[in-house]
Amino acid sequence: MVGFLDWFGRDIISVLDFGREDFEVLFTEALNMEKYAKSRLDVLGDKVLALAFFEPSTRTRLSFETAMLRLGGSVIGFSGTEATSMAKGENLADTIRMLDAYANAIVIRHSLEGAAKFAAGIAESPVINAGDGSQNHPTQAMLDLYTIWREFKVIDGLSIGILGDLRYARVVNSLVQALSYYRVRLHLISPELLRPRQELVEFMESRGMKYDWTNDPYNVINDLDVLYVVRIQRERFPDPMEYERIRGAYKVNLKLIERGKPNLVILHPLPRIDEVDFTVDNTPQARYFKQAGFGVPLRMALLRLVLGGGS
Amino acid sequence: MSGKSELIISKIRNGVVIDHIPAGRALLVLRLLGISGRDGFRVALVMNVESRKLGTKDIVKIEGRELTKDELNLVALVAPTATVNMIRDYEVVSKFKVTMPNVIEGLLKCKNPKCITNQQREPVKSRFRLVSREPLKLVCDYCGTMHELSDIEKSLGLV
Repeated sequence: MVGFLDWFGRDIISVLDFGREDFEVLFTEALNMEKYAKSRLDVLGDKVLALAFFEPSTRTRLSFETAMLRLGGSVIGFSGTEATSMAKGENLADTIRMLDAYANAIVIRHSLEGAAKFAAGIAESPVINAGDGSQNHPTQAMLDLYTIWREFKVIDGLSIGILGDLRYARVVNSLVQALSYYRVRLHLISPELLRPRQELVEFMESRGMKYDWTNDPYNVINDLDVLYVVRIQRERFPDPMEYERIRGAYKVNLKLIERGKPNLVILHPLPRIDEVDFTVDNTPQARYFKQAGFGVPLRMALLRLVLGGGS
Repeated sequence: MSGKSELIISKIRNGVVIDHIPAGRALLVLRLLGISGRDGFRVALVMNVESRKLGTKDIVKIEGRELTKDELNLVALVAPTATVNMIRDYEVVSKFKVTMPNVIEGLLKCKNPKCITNQQREPVKSRFRLVSREPLKLVCDYCGTMHELSDIEKSLGLV
């Protein structure tokens, strides 16, 4: 029986370190936290959370910070390395040792792959991965799953499309891994150049996941319960003309969603550039801002589970 | 060991004989074990001799160098068919077939330049987990990048 205690003191590095029962505990707690997400629940008053953001972030950093403050805890940290000793050449290991001495848990975002796992090996306090390189972003995947669970009450049996940069977007990697614990039908939609990496394909095979790939969202839109959209980054394309052409073909607009089921749910980890047309924002299908809003209760639940603070 | 190879090299007193190495891979085995020839150990090497099991094979004999079972099991990376004979006083005291370890630490370099293990100034050793023996697949425990035999050979400076 998995419960509160199974989360206490744990590092959150990859969704694969957790299982379906852990997620159920998390979702129940996040639902419980929703009522405090705009008020305060003083359970972590004696705790300090360190936010070590070596790379830019808006939502992840601010939602962790908000979550900690709403739980009565305090936050220290930095965003970008300019004002820190890393600018003088301090390495990651020493920075983590220092934060470990100051704080009760460390949230880290770093451009290098495996940085969070490395940090977790150094720190005695729990380390939470807020994105490392193009591999993992576990708390985003937990938030994505939570949003789906909140919308449909179940995850099993859903048909989920993931559209955009399937090769380099770390949220895709973590989301697919998290979905492997459920019986879902996955439709992967991307330009040829941005097809999922071999590692992810082999992962889906090894887990016996049902998936297919198409380069045209119109091929699968009518089958989807969830359309999860990620950004296609300009810098991935050697030819700007090619990027412009592709960008148009993968734009989620009213024309595309009209072909979908009426109860289709559109999600996006944000930031959105123009891959979801602004006209879609006002449709009942658009849930990406609601999804971002769940970031606070979900991370409140995570912090409370990892740092204690009673049940 | 076949009779023909006995004719080529003499018995060793104390050390190891690594037999049934796929033909042409003896130098890779030595490289993997960190034996350069400049370290003073007596090493005998036979390449492309007849083998009942493999058709042709290589054999390496190393005298005077203590090698642990864990070190020798790393040979499985480039020579999965290899067998090891530990020799004491001209007698075979133990014999085993190399088996690929499930975790390989420190030896290989991850091919992903953005992996934390490739950062010079961080105190970190590479660590790989065995995913599949045949075909050989190892995954970097830090960044998740998959490595095949050709990547491993490259990492060892063998190609």
